Amino acid sequence: MSMTVAADRATSDPHHIGLVIEHPGPAPKRTVTAYGFWVFLLSDIVMFSCFFAAHAVLADQTAGGPKGSEIFEQRNVAIETVCLLLSSFTCGMASIAADVRNRFWFYLGMTVTCVLGLIFLAIEFREFAGLVARGYGPSRSAFLTSFFSLVGCHGLHVSAGVLWLLTMMAQVFAKGFRADVLRRMMCFALFWHALDIVWVGVFSVVYLLGSGA
Amino acid sequence: MLGKLDWSAIPFDQPIPLIAGAVVLVAILAVLIWVVVKGHLPYLWQEWITSVDHKRIGVMYILLASVMLLRGGSDAIMMRIQQAVAFQSQGYLPPEHYNQIFSAHGTIMIFFVAMPFVIGLMNLIVPLQLGVRDVAFPTLNSVGFWLTATGALLVNLSLVIGEFARTGWLAFPPLSELSYSPGVGVDYYAWSLQISGVGTLVAGINLVTTVLKLRTRGMNYLRMPMFCWTTLASNLLIVAAFPILTATLAMLLLDRYLGFHFFTNEAGGNVMMFMNLIWAWGHPEVYILVLPAFGIFSEVVSTFSGKALFGYRSMVLATMAICVISFMVWLHHFFTMGAGPDVNAIFGIASMIIAVPTGVKIYNWLFTMYGGRVRFTTPMLWAVGFMVTFIIGGLTGVLLAVPPADFMLHNSMFLVAHFHNVIIGGVLFGAFAGFEYWFPKAFGFRLDERWGKAAFWFTFLGFYVTFVPLYVAGMLGMTRRMQHYDVAAWRPWMLIAAAGMAVLTIGVICQIVQLVVSIRNREALRDRTGDPWDGRSLEWATSSPPPVFNFAFHPDVRGEDAYWDMKAHAQQSLDSSPPEYHDIEMPRNSPTGFVCAFFATIMGFALIWHIWWMVILGGIGAFATFVVFAWRDHDEYIIPADEVAAIERVNLEERHSLVSMAGTV
Repeated sequence: MSMTVAADRATSDPHHIGLVIEHPGPAPKRTVTAYGFWVFLLSDIVMFSCFFAAHAVLADQTAGGPKGSEIFEQRNVAIETVCLLLSSFTCGMASIAADVRNRFWFYLGMTVTCVLGLIFLAIEFREFAGLVARGYGPSRSAFLTSFFSLVGCHGLHVSAGVLWLLTMMAQVFAKGFRADVLRRMMCFALFWHALDIVWVGVFSVVYLLGSGA
Repeated sequence: MLGKLDWSAIPFDQPIPLIAGAVVLVAILAVLIWVVVKGHLPYLWQEWITSVDHKRIGVMYILLASVMLLRGGSDAIMMRIQQAVAFQSQGYLPPEHYNQIFSAHGTIMIFFVAMPFVIGLMNLIVPLQLGVRDVAFPTLNSVGFWLTATGALLVNLSLVIGEFARTGWLAFPPLSELSYSPGVGVDYYAWSLQISGVGTLVAGINLVTTVLKLRTRGMNYLRMPMFCWTTLASNLLIVAAFPILTATLAMLLLDRYLGFHFFTNEAGGNVMMFMNLIWAWGHPEVYILVLPAFGIFSEVVSTFSGKALFGYRSMVLATMAICVISFMVWLHHFFTMGAGPDVNAIFGIASMIIAVPTGVKIYNWLFTMYGGRVRFTTPMLWAVGFMVTFIIGGLTGVLLAVPPADFMLHNSMFLVAHFHNVIIGGVLFGAFAGFEYWFPKAFGFRLDERWGKAAFWFTFLGFYVTFVPLYVAGMLGMTRRMQHYDVAAWRPWMLIAAAGMAVLTIGVICQIVQLVVSIRNREALRDRTGDPWDGRSLEWATSSPPPVFNFAFHPDVRGEDAYWDMKAHAQQSLDSSPPEYHDIEMPRNSPTGFVCAFFATIMGFALIWHIWWMVILGGIGAFATFVVFAWRDHDEYIIPADEVAAIERVNLEERHSLVSMAGTV
């Protein structure tokens, strides 16, 4: 759309003062997909924030059971955090590889991301199993309920992410870097990074604040 | 093998649900047999069930809502009869059954009538008003609809297999916890809302993205029709609020299934947390419902007054103000629970303030009518009826927002009357107005005006006769959800309310008759112009029903009231040479939504009855569906330019003949 037309319209429409930027029409598909996925991620973060809120309310309700400072192992959490942050980096590498259509680096990046995700899940699983074995399962107290739910909800998301990651790799293997596959890859990357952000919240609110108390 | 499911789940000792269930079953079987014998199955499958066309999905949403309205309405009739006869007696319903009925009535009316009705209308109309070919994510749209249908199916299954919640429509703990509700009723409630909630979230994401990213050339934000604005606000609320519902119900389910302690009385659980969470979703929910209705009234009032909407920008501002403030009022739902005067005062004031933008809207509608050439068609009648009714409901709402008054009136019949006043007078009247207004757009013929007007008057009067007595009963101290009572002063009001219910029922019958009569006379009621009401926005710029691609070209918008503007300059555009048509790419039909819903139904049912192998089966099925969908190679098809031109030529010829006819007169 030329500037002159826009300026002409601006004078004909009394509600618009000054230079009007005309809406150019529907956005391209890639933009639409990314935008929609962002909206989904925001809604997912709202859901997480409910579990965060529940944890804030219930953190001191130990009902005679253990407090956070008695059950958290900082070393494990540190390893988990490193794994997840690193996996976000390798996921970014895989995204770049997909954008430049480099299969080798794509598979490598995705494989490392997957392995790091699995290590994270394994450590989390071991932590949960250990707590349950000691009788500190989620039904022990409201504090443990909210702890298991919030951390478990994140873990569930990571598990779904790993499943999605493997599907993505199979897709690239079978279909190549087609436009729709690339759009899905972009969504997956957004999802994986968002999980990282949520983990930073979990790490700070649950483990750091919880250990201090 | 079958978890908790055995023959005792079927209520052989209760004739009412069994007979109702049998009737529904026979009806479904009859329809199925008719469909198969007549050979309609391939048509249904190809054109509707697997359709990803936003118009078809919108129609299916509205159909679902209409069917569920009959179910929820039957519950309402049963409750009104019970309270009319249950004076110093047990009435005709056992307490447990009565409790299930009021819980099911609320759940169904909000989640499976009001929600699908407004989402259906938004789906049907918003892409047309924006001048685009489709919503942002067509296949996801179909998934969303079918998941909503799954939720509705599960609620109806509870009628015959097992039971429904006896907890009220929000399943407050600790009553909804396992220790006080050991049956499957609350599980039916929670899983059906969980599944349909995902569907609603999907619809919300889809419509937000559609409005923000898919607008035709020149459709700046401040040129969007009001209905698009209210759709945007409503769906932003869906995206922000429905995850809260999902999380809350997930917590309740964890408590019930795995012995967690979110909301229990023991081990430090916190019941008030449920109240806060559920109302942080629940209060925005009422604006999710009513905002689209406000949009419909804006369109209807402006069209039938022959004037542009008065104060368009203040209307936009009011809409977005309501969108924001709606998140700051949730605490008024528990003024009486001891939050203290300061907190109550703040939330009381916030609750009153939200009446200000709503008042702005009412004045704008009135000023739109002022000086206009008002045509009292059926949609306009619903709009005017709404203005009167909604003001009364809104004022009683402001009254309830005053904490001291709320201490007297909370959980009374006054409250029941208030929210029926705004939900029926706001959302349902809006849905009916939209239904009458856009029906010709969806099907190509108008609805019968005489029966439509009869339906309006019976519903309007029936509404007042039913709910004004409930205000009085509430003032006299009658609380809600009473199975029977001994206070003589309440009796006459309950009898009047029951009579009002009869009048309301006549209104519903009129509406059904209207549909039948209109379909019979469809040739006489045919609308060939695509613009039966002399409309102002772009949905009227295409034929009725619109072709699958909506518009051969993306219309070029130059101001508010895009189509009105085009009609004003019609002679120039008619003279111009015929345009060059291009191939159009459209999304291919997909059974993904239906298959997803199939597995969701299996999974939901299995979860309710603790049939764990079936849950796993459903989960695997859902993932397989996802993979199969991801593996599709061709998700679009091409409509060749010739075909587009042929379809568009018919449409244009109708319009040209109309314009030339108008010229000779």
